[in-house]
Amino acid sequence: MTQDELLVLIYKKDEKAFTHLYDMYSKSLFSVIKVLVKNTEEAEDVLQEVFVKIWKNIDSYHESKGRFYTWILNIARNTSIDKLRSKNFNNSQKNLSSDNFVHLFEDSNKVVNKIDAIGIQEFVKKLKPKCIQIIDLLFFKGYTQQEASDELEIPLGTVKTHNRNCINDLRNYLKV
Amino acid sequence: METKQYIESGILELYVYGLLSEAENLEVAEMAKKNPAINDEIIAIEKAIVALSSSFSPFHSVANYEKIKAKLELKHADVIELEPSRNWSQYMGWAAAIILLLGIGYQYNQLDQTSNKVTTTTIEKVKLEKDLNALQLINKANETSLAVVRDSKNTVVALGGQAVAPESFAKVYWNKETKVVYVDAAGLPEPPKGMVYQVWALKLNPLTPTSIGLLEKFEVNNQKMFVVNNAEEAEAFGITLEPAGGSITPTMEQLYTLGKV
Repeated sequence: MTQDELLVLIYKKDEKAFTHLYDMYSKSLFSVIKVLVKNTEEAEDVLQEVFVKIWKNIDSYHESKGRFYTWILNIARNTSIDKLRSKNFNNSQKNLSSDNFVHLFEDSNKVVNKIDAIGIQEFVKKLKPKCIQIIDLLFFKGYTQQEASDELEIPLGTVKTHNRNCINDLRNYLKV
Repeated sequence: METKQYIESGILELYVYGLLSEAENLEVAEMAKKNPAINDEIIAIEKAIVALSSSFSPFHSVANYEKIKAKLELKHADVIELEPSRNWSQYMGWAAAIILLLGIGYQYNQLDQTSNKVTTTTIEKVKLEKDLNALQLINKANETSLAVVRDSKNTVVALGGQAVAPESFAKVYWNKETKVVYVDAAGLPEPPKGMVYQVWALKLNPLTPTSIGLLEKFEVNNQKMFVVNNAEEAEAFGITLEPAGGSITPTMEQLYTLGKV
């Protein structure tokens, strides 16, 4: 099912749409949440909160605002950050920059879609460390280009293209 | 060429990541609408990043999904969906459950019946034991009576019927050594209500009656064999009918039986 087909169902408030929505995006969002929140129990709480928000606020999404996936990704990031702020902000900030999304795989052998994951893990090993860092900061942690440039000590103007090249490597591997 | 440059700039990735300002966002959305190449590129980037992030998703419990559905009150959607997909195993399950239930019911009924039987049997046993006890008591009484009758040390005094009751008779067994007196009153009619037989040891010259006891509970004594008080000296024994509790002196008009030693 494509995102457009899903949206048709969601707008109809078709209850099956929720199942499709969850199947398509819960893993992706959970990995983002987990990178930010770390604690599994809290991350699961956040995931629940995120899906409740998506479903309840679906009418406030318009295609003119951007991709539906981008909209729910932002909800996941913002809810995670709210969760962190409600806890000890400083400690969380420290944690935030200490490790990247690859740790999700190293931390746990209970990764969903193990076969796919092992394939991608192999690929990630081949991926340049700079690529892991940049995808981690921009996509998973939602850093601005300026923040990423400061963190990685690369010129601001190169952040975008750098990321583009990394994603191209990924796309070649995934053939998309 | 402008499209290619636009794509190569890397702005579409940031668009998917959700890192652009509102103005930039609107611009990209507009471009994507007009230019299918840009739109396709966005979809491809999205696919790649969703695949990457999904593959790194740690395990999260299925319960999570149910919790969310419960929060959204979508709980019943699945239940309705399940209905058409009936299958045999479902029926077998119910059938097995019903059979099990019937089985348990039957077993319970059997158990109930058995325990009823046990109770009945126990009651019967208690009743039989009672009967046996009673029989043993009667037997013992009979043995006692027989022993009294057989005892050679006992002097047997036959008491014959007197004017009031010529048909009646009695026997006294008197052990002169131990002075114990037994009275066999089988030949006496049941005393009227409120009356009791009183046994007297008599000395004849002059006639001196000494009460040696009452034949109490006459009607329930099957053997009609009574032990009364010891008689020290006696030349004759007599039995009179007296008001309940007995009298100090015998009512001679009501002398039933009398016999000399």
